[in-house]
Amino acid sequence: MATENSKPLVKVEGLYRYYGGRCAVHKLSFTLDKGEILGLLGPNGAGKTSTLQMLAGNLAPSAGSIHIAGIDLLDEPLAAKATLGYLPEVPPLYPDLTVDEYLDYAAALRRVPHPKRAAAVANARERCGLKDVGRRLIGNLSKGFQQRVGIAQAILHTPSVVILDEPTVGLDPIQIREIRELIRELGHEHGVILSTHILPEVQAVCSRVQIIHKGRLVFSDSLKGFTERMDATSLVLECRQLPGVKELRALPGVASVEKLDSRRARLRLATDADPAEEIAGLAMKGKWGLRGLSPEYKSLEQVFVELTTADEPQADAEPAAMRASSP
Amino acid sequence: MSTFTIAWRELRNLFLSPLAWVLLAVVQFILAWMFLASVESFRGNPAGVSGVTDQVAAGLFSIASIVMLLVVPLLTMRLISEERRSGSLTLLLSSPVRMSEIVLGKYLGLLGFLGLMVLMLLLMPLSLALGTHLDYGKLLACMLGMLLLVGAFAAAGLFMSTLTRQPAVAAISTFGLLLFLWIINWLGQGDSRYQGVLHYLSFTDHYTTLLRGSFDSVDVAFYLLFIFTFLGLSVRRLDSARLQA
Repeated sequence: MATENSKPLVKVEGLYRYYGGRCAVHKLSFTLDKGEILGLLGPNGAGKTSTLQMLAGNLAPSAGSIHIAGIDLLDEPLAAKATLGYLPEVPPLYPDLTVDEYLDYAAALRRVPHPKRAAAVANARERCGLKDVGRRLIGNLSKGFQQRVGIAQAILHTPSVVILDEPTVGLDPIQIREIRELIRELGHEHGVILSTHILPEVQAVCSRVQIIHKGRLVFSDSLKGFTERMDATSLVLECRQLPGVKELRALPGVASVEKLDSRRARLRLATDADPAEEIAGLAMKGKWGLRGLSPEYKSLEQVFVELTTADEPQADAEPAAMRASSP
Repeated sequence: MSTFTIAWRELRNLFLSPLAWVLLAVVQFILAWMFLASVESFRGNPAGVSGVTDQVAAGLFSIASIVMLLVVPLLTMRLISEERRSGSLTLLLSSPVRMSEIVLGKYLGLLGFLGLMVLMLLLMPLSLALGTHLDYGKLLACMLGMLLLVGAFAAAGLFMSTLTRQPAVAAISTFGLLLFLWIINWLGQGDSRYQGVLHYLSFTDHYTTLLRGSFDSVDVAFYLLFIFTFLGLSVRRLDSARLQA
């Protein structure tokens, strides 16, 4: 369809949501294009789940508009929901059904025509690694498999937008890796929005990052811009013979030094300095016995603190850190 | 289309849990016992004023209605509240399905099960056809009355189930409402001002007319109105849950 190419897959404008007097989502606006994986990042209670519930049509917004593939979700919920796959925080499963029965039911609800249903179920099962468990009861599956059934349910009607609320929560590391691989794959053909409070998850799968804090969008940029923001502010130097603190302090671009043990020291860098190469060169020259020199990234908490405290005084203005990335 | 998908799933889900089977077995056993008792009492007094259909079948259906009053809340309590509690309602809410289709689907699924119960109940008086002559018109009226009655019970139960996440709370509220409507005409017997209204609202009055074999559109309309009102309220309630929760 022509509209699908010209319009963004998801367009959210001025979204508000109040619970009684408490504002859970405040003036949220963003877009999602085809082939993008948007990571919604935020601490617990930031408004991520409320936002996703509104996108999936499970929750009515207090104000604002949501367009899915050019269709207004509030005016034409049925047409909009047909192009939507949603995995809530708790997968919406019926423990008494087998995986096949459940997926067949979900496909029928999503209006997959009867002749194509079996193929759609088989395809979703294969993509989510559920091939061998089709005849098992959902209630008897492990948490990881249940999560996969939840994802299968969200993608089996090949929706153009897939919304995943904390898809890797409660999974073991191997399962997390598999699910992330699956999400990356989904990103090729669908637009994906996922929420998480785990930083590496965003870095592993997302192409764009938005940070929500107390219901407000405080940061929105590509993963590259986000990584820059997380950039190294310190280096950890490991040498066989570590020079004295004074000597280290004199290195170019180093603001302060913190000795970690007899071999390692943390060098805090002056802003905008990138002296790693130089320091490595000096270490070779000085025969310190260089073992390692690695940048230390800011933690998510640090970024949060930075973003949220920076925005606090001008809370009602546009988010300061919002960069012009969305057209 | 979605309505029937949901209805079919609901009906099949009922049979996946032991609850449905146990209810069918227990109800059938209790009613069979009562049926035997009324057949025995009829045999002891064959020269009575009323015929076998009136005395045995109508009597059985009359008692069965009280059993249904106890049973239906147990079946309706889980319809929506359980789904809301376990989070599986999200599957329906994020699918391209109208609220009315969800409510109607759930209702029809349960009605299918209750229809089966009524059918099994009907088999007992029908078995008398082997040895005697039955008034099939009256039997049909009894069955229709029973279907309308359990249909009304189920609609009220479905609505109660949309109000709460706790199935037990839904069951108790449903039972309370149904019992209240059962006994509502006990009051105002002497007072003609209320008598009309209270009798109209009473489940028993409309039911007993049908059990006597007289098909009155007022009675049928009462049950249909009752059913549509509560189904409508359920749709409204689910819609507003989207706004509030």
